[in-house]
Amino acid sequence: MAELDKTRTEVGVPDDWTYASAPESRDIVHLADRYGYYIGGEWLEPAETYETIAPRDEEPLAAVGQGTPDDVGRAVVAAREAFADGWSSLPGSERAKYLFRIARLLQERSREFAVLESLNGGKPIKESRDVDLPLAAAHFFYYAGWADKLEYAFPNRRPRPVGVAGQIIPWNFPLLMLAWKIAPALACGNTVVLKPAETTPLTALLFCDVLRQAELPPGVVNIVTGDGRTGAAIVEHEDVDKIAFTGSTEVGKAIQRHVAGTGKKLTLELGGKAANIVFDDAALDQAVEGIVNGIYFNQGHVCCAGSRLFVQESIYEPLVAKLERRLTTLRVGDPLDKNTDVGAINSAAQLEKIRELVASGVEEGAEIYQPPCVLPEKGYWFAPTVFTNVAQSYRIAQEEIFGPVLSVLTFRTPEEAVEKANNTPYGLSAGVWTEKGSRILWMAQRLRAGVVWANTFNRFDPGSPFGGYKESGFGREGGRHGLEPYLRFDE
Amino acid sequence: MSERLPVRKTYKLFIGGSFPRSESGRTYEAEGQNVARASRKDVRDAVRAARGAQPKWAGATAYNRGQVLYRIAEMIEARVAEFAELCSGRDEVERSIDRIVWYAGWADKLPQVLGGSNPVAGPYFNFTVPEPTGVVAVLAPHDPPLLGLVTRVLPPLVGGNAVVAVASEDRPLAAIELAEGLATSDVPGGVVNLLTGQHAELAPVLASHMDVNAIDIGGANGDASELERLAADNVKRVVHGRADVQSPWEIASFLELKTVWHPMGQ
Repeated sequence: MAELDKTRTEVGVPDDWTYASAPESRDIVHLADRYGYYIGGEWLEPAETYETIAPRDEEPLAAVGQGTPDDVGRAVVAAREAFADGWSSLPGSERAKYLFRIARLLQERSREFAVLESLNGGKPIKESRDVDLPLAAAHFFYYAGWADKLEYAFPNRRPRPVGVAGQIIPWNFPLLMLAWKIAPALACGNTVVLKPAETTPLTALLFCDVLRQAELPPGVVNIVTGDGRTGAAIVEHEDVDKIAFTGSTEVGKAIQRHVAGTGKKLTLELGGKAANIVFDDAALDQAVEGIVNGIYFNQGHVCCAGSRLFVQESIYEPLVAKLERRLTTLRVGDPLDKNTDVGAINSAAQLEKIRELVASGVEEGAEIYQPPCVLPEKGYWFAPTVFTNVAQSYRIAQEEIFGPVLSVLTFRTPEEAVEKANNTPYGLSAGVWTEKGSRILWMAQRLRAGVVWANTFNRFDPGSPFGGYKESGFGREGGRHGLEPYLRFDE
Repeated sequence: MSERLPVRKTYKLFIGGSFPRSESGRTYEAEGQNVARASRKDVRDAVRAARGAQPKWAGATAYNRGQVLYRIAEMIEARVAEFAELCSGRDEVERSIDRIVWYAGWADKLPQVLGGSNPVAGPYFNFTVPEPTGVVAVLAPHDPPLLGLVTRVLPPLVGGNAVVAVASEDRPLAAIELAEGLATSDVPGGVVNLLTGQHAELAPVLASHMDVNAIDIGGANGDASELERLAADNVKRVVHGRADVQSPWEIASFLELKTVWHPMGQ
């Protein structure tokens, strides 16, 4: 053994497999020191600002506005005027061309957006470059094509735009969630007031430059930054006709209560606690990759993350062994490094929440595994974590953690898997791993979730409707079904 | 001289396929009869019965569900005269029957109209199917007493949901008559539960019930905003149903859409 090691050293094989750093250049991103609100096609100076940072090292990136109810009011007026002054009556074929332009501009500027997304949000550049940006552009391209075909999507229903849409989006896929909200809204002839998440406003603000390049009429899209108070001002504004919210179930319920009795249209895309179910006939290595993608993709900051792993008892030990071994090869670190698999936790508050829930798992008696990895000193970091010996009653098996933390549970029969998987107030997504096609469909039929992935996980497509059952919300985004929340019908 | 004394009917609730009195022992007078006045606990019992019956109803083939619903129309057709006494007349009964037949025919067509396959950029067969949301609460409109109830109950029912409906408060007798029709058709016990009583008392219990997935508040006579607020406790789907409308989109209001990514490969 010793001799072998010596030989290796002689031929220059490194004794560890540390990758050389491969940083993506951030020169492509030009940030201003300070950003206002994008209202009526112009930048409005904010009265109050806060600092948005890079979670990888807490570097301040820019000052952005803390939108007040007055700022929101101005944005709604601009959106209403744009709606009345032509956007809603513009032929669908013309609206379509604006959206196609936006799709193309996002493709052209995709690297710039990807770098900024990773910088401001902490997600690996590999993901923002290969997932967020291509999907965001594809979403605009997809809905562009619907803009002049709405009467075919809803025959005999005479679809009309709703009016001004107030949209509040989360910090986990900032630009992609913006695309999911804005593309169908504009395709249907609505105008928009959008609030990006408090911690990740920068790609939404850069998107305003794409709107300028696309020559979108002023007021059709308005962006107001700020925290939850700004969101509440949008929800409470009398002249907003429709609210679309993606975020936590807790806030979603509060919004549903606020909107009660106002007649505003509402769609909610809320939390999840997805079951990822592996049967004993599954291709195990492939399943391990899917499990890793299901929970460690985007640091687990994914509402549909496969956070509850259900393993058929007969393969429990080999699967967990393979999974833990795979975890040792995950590269945690600088989001801007092209080799990074797991980036930074989005914010100090989120890191605190993850720590608290993980501590509860240890406290309640689950067994914790974390691969050896050196976490950077500055910034917000959490090692990929697997809990075994988890009871269904533990908080880590019930509550959404929204971090890189997996709970492993077991089952014996398909019926038991279904019962355990459905034993949650959430119902956003689920995964099934088996080589048996009939079992995939049998399981898919019984799982109470809006999206079921078979032998894959965390796949998205603009043509594929996405949204929850039960307390994961209502309404769908993507596909023909994603148009409906932005239309009214004269029936 | 000795004219025969008719046997009167006791007007009861319809829960889990049975006809119990209100557990509270209460009645109220409506249309000259003492009618059961359902309590909070009756609501809970009805929701439990609905939840228990729902999976099997949803799991029946669409063809079968269509036939079972059609059977309700057959049962009413045979008793048109009796129903006519309890609503605005024969026309309302006939329209109710025709509406049931219309909805019965939708059971095996919904997935083709509301779902479909989706082209995705990857090796997956991706499709979307409508599925029932689960247990649906219905506050039936006060008028018309029969057609209003049929109009609001059939859409969730045909989609595979189980229903807990509160009948018209002032004119509940048609609903009770309908319950008898349901009991003699092939609708499994618990799939439709009909309560009589005061909307103001029962509606908030249904709106805040954590095991109800959707609520149709079209017939609410109290504060609809408050019911909507209560519905947020478990993110209920809230529907403002109209008393006389017929459309597949009425069914769609009580459906979820499930999208499945099935792998393709050799």
